[in-house]
Amino acid sequence: MMTKNKMRLVVVGNGMAGIRAVEELLKLAPDLYDITVFGAEPHPNYNRILLSPVLAGEMTIQDIILNPLDWYRDNGITLHLGKRIERIDRARRKVIADDGSEAGYDRLLLATGSTPFIPPIPGNDLPGVIGYRDIRDTDEMIAAASEHRHAVVIGGGLLGLEAANGLRQRGMDVTVVHLMPWLMERQLDKAAADMLKTSLEARGLKFLLEKQTEALIRGESGRVTALRFKDGLEIPADLVVVAAGIRPSMALAESAGLYCNRGIVVSDTMQTYDPRIYAVGECVSHRGIAYGLVAPLFDQARVCANHLAHHGIARYTGSVTSTKLKVTGIDLFSAGDFMGGEGTEEIVLHDPAGNVYKKLVVKNDILVGAVLYGDTADGAWYFQLVKDGQNIHEIRDHLMFGQNHIGDVGHAGQSKAASMPDEAEVCGCNGVCKGDIVKAIKGHGLFTLDDVRKHTKASSSCGSCTGLVEQILASTVGGAYTPSQSKDKAVCGCTEHSHGVVREAIRSQHLIAIPEVMKALEWKTPNGCASCRPALNYYLISTWPGEAKDDPQSRFVNERAHANIQRDGTYSVVPRMWGGLTTPTELRAIADVAEKYHVPTVKMTGGARVDLLGIKKEDLPKIWADLGAVGMVSGHAYGKSIRTVKTCVGAEHCRFGTQRSMDMGVKLEKMLFGMWSPHKVKLAVSGCPRNCAEAGIKDIGIIGVDSGYELYVAGNGGIKTEVAEFLCKVKNDAEVMEYSGAFLQLYREQGYYLERTCHYVARVGLDHVKATVVNDAPGRQALYERLLFALQDYEDPWQQAVQQPAVRREYEVIQIKGATT
Amino acid sequence: MSGWIEICALEDIAPQGSRVVASEQGNIALFRAADDRIFALHDKCPHRGGPLSQGIVHGETVSCPLHGWKLGLKDGEAVAPDQGCAKSFAAKLEGGLVWLKFER
Repeated sequence: MMTKNKMRLVVVGNGMAGIRAVEELLKLAPDLYDITVFGAEPHPNYNRILLSPVLAGEMTIQDIILNPLDWYRDNGITLHLGKRIERIDRARRKVIADDGSEAGYDRLLLATGSTPFIPPIPGNDLPGVIGYRDIRDTDEMIAAASEHRHAVVIGGGLLGLEAANGLRQRGMDVTVVHLMPWLMERQLDKAAADMLKTSLEARGLKFLLEKQTEALIRGESGRVTALRFKDGLEIPADLVVVAAGIRPSMALAESAGLYCNRGIVVSDTMQTYDPRIYAVGECVSHRGIAYGLVAPLFDQARVCANHLAHHGIARYTGSVTSTKLKVTGIDLFSAGDFMGGEGTEEIVLHDPAGNVYKKLVVKNDILVGAVLYGDTADGAWYFQLVKDGQNIHEIRDHLMFGQNHIGDVGHAGQSKAASMPDEAEVCGCNGVCKGDIVKAIKGHGLFTLDDVRKHTKASSSCGSCTGLVEQILASTVGGAYTPSQSKDKAVCGCTEHSHGVVREAIRSQHLIAIPEVMKALEWKTPNGCASCRPALNYYLISTWPGEAKDDPQSRFVNERAHANIQRDGTYSVVPRMWGGLTTPTELRAIADVAEKYHVPTVKMTGGARVDLLGIKKEDLPKIWADLGAVGMVSGHAYGKSIRTVKTCVGAEHCRFGTQRSMDMGVKLEKMLFGMWSPHKVKLAVSGCPRNCAEAGIKDIGIIGVDSGYELYVAGNGGIKTEVAEFLCKVKNDAEVMEYSGAFLQLYREQGYYLERTCHYVARVGLDHVKATVVNDAPGRQALYERLLFALQDYEDPWQQAVQQPAVRREYEVIQIKGATT
Repeated sequence: MSGWIEICALEDIAPQGSRVVASEQGNIALFRAADDRIFALHDKCPHRGGPLSQGIVHGETVSCPLHGWKLGLKDGEAVAPDQGCAKSFAAKLEGGLVWLKFER
């Protein structure tokens, strides 16, 4: 429906970039434009990347449609299929199609894509000679495979090899002809390319490298019949697929007088030289680069939509790209500047027998490129390091062995995504197999890790299979996927802003309530979601203690109810035992409570205290009253907060003990009582280096030695075991308190919500922590004082629920008045 | 028991909070949205039976505390791509009091 007051947006090009821009625009401003789309092909928008699996017979055209015709109709988009725009009349602001139809525009989006480059060889126009670009080409190749025998693919790049593999799968005799000395020279170095060639030869493909084609020869039927090289060699060819690169389709833009230079030239806002006309996709040249992979095109689409929607804040500044070959069973990954050169260093692992090759290119302590063959599980991680430009000096020793080897491996798992069988379990938490993930990606047209998490739940719990899921995603959709764990990732779908930006705004603008933050930072939802509200609540109370008011409704149930919810909806109660010490009176009170309330399970926790499990919510305040009568308080076993300080018996009893570790532990735990933090925090104090309290895997580990204590930080015994790193040595108990307190306050002030100390320290670097906590005495004391200030006056939340009727009410079930059964 | 029944005062439910009501039809989660609209759902997530009353309320949605499913407060329908539905009950605010309607 055309309405007079709406602006008119015309999109030329019905492909992945153009339609993605429309989708992003509809999300931001669904009613701003009347939208008209022209597509030269007779199909709705489909996933061009998946043409290779269609060619190989692994998928059908129907499987790869991204936006069915209903989608256009439901969004009120006027769609013209099979119409090629021939002219843009910029003076009258209209476009004219080859059938004479016209459409006027207020804004025009060019997404005309690219066309295969066909080298000027005699015979390149013969029947049987085709490029590889769209559904029609794919259909023609499938048809040829059923009638003909000999196929030649010119071009040993990504697309050429996928075409060759598909034709081979369909039973043709396939030869790949390549001008360069090795395959995929723009994505691979020679070593990896040679391994790839060997694998493909084992599948029956033939290769002729460093060969230049002289002519394509016409057979009696008029169809191509052979191919002749400059050196005189001739090989039979009933089908010639030319995959020698692509050229941006910019003739339309050029004819309209728009500046083009190897693509339609656009600014960082995706505007051409005519500000009413935008352009995205493979037809575009941005800062001199024309991208041919989908991930950058999606970035462009998002920026373009932001400006079309009049938000006007996004800028496209270019993309680092990664490559993944979509040939079933071959794991191959490359990203960034993988060839190296002046000023770069290479770390290489090459095992020809095991069919594994990895090369990492490092420049000035920053990973700038990677090539992986055989084992690509860490591809996404390396790609992220490249994109973030993170300093890798501290992890250099282990870099080659992957993310799992930074620290120790908790969850071993698979590393070869493409060669895994479909029934192999990927996500142990949610029981998701590879086949489920691949099916969801193909069936729902998924491109990002978040999409996969939403649809399959894989990698959405503990996250240890994230690398593998990303690899499955990458091997299914190729270069189209965008890794999501970037440093500047948005907090959640409610905002564009990252955790770092939000924290800084709360500090610099002195924001003290959640609605203020949402207003100042233009939250997209009226009151956030279950992801951002707990984060904001934490940032507020940790940044402005005493000023910001804790919002129980923005806390996860456990922190609201001060108990741990269990799978059946009951709760567990863990009273605090300072330093793991208890008394007969406390134990008696626990035993009495367990009997009185028929507690079904009583268990020792890993943090050296007692867990009472299976308690109904309405019984919680009663149990707390009984425990409080002997002085027991909340153990915060449910919180993103101080959990426990584990201790060994130390010099108090142990014949080897050098320091009084129980004393030290009790003092620390009392100091930290009520400390909320980005994630849970656990400490341990051992009285000697035998370290019976297992201080090496704690957020802060304190080990007594004869001359004082050694402090270790950022250990973790969870999903991935991380060994704590040595921070410094201190002389006495008072220093242990000050240094530990300062480190924790630094983490509280700078950590992102749900970031453990190990992740925080990995992000900012141990050097930063040392500079602030160890080397800067006034800074350390200031941190320590801010911690003590934040923790003063903290009251036991259990006793508040016992004593204050307004709090206790939350635990009570409402009985209907006068109800009869 | 059927028809509209008075349950509690509006102040008995925290804004963006919830209370549990015991009924013949099982526990019912009574929600108060940020704008004081009242909604009621069977207190059982269609996924693994989690108590929805304990979830975080945002907009017209509650996130289940067990595995994070999001359910619409109006109709109990799971937010896509999850599929499932918690039974919804008619609820209203009248004269500062919260009412629930039971069908016979």
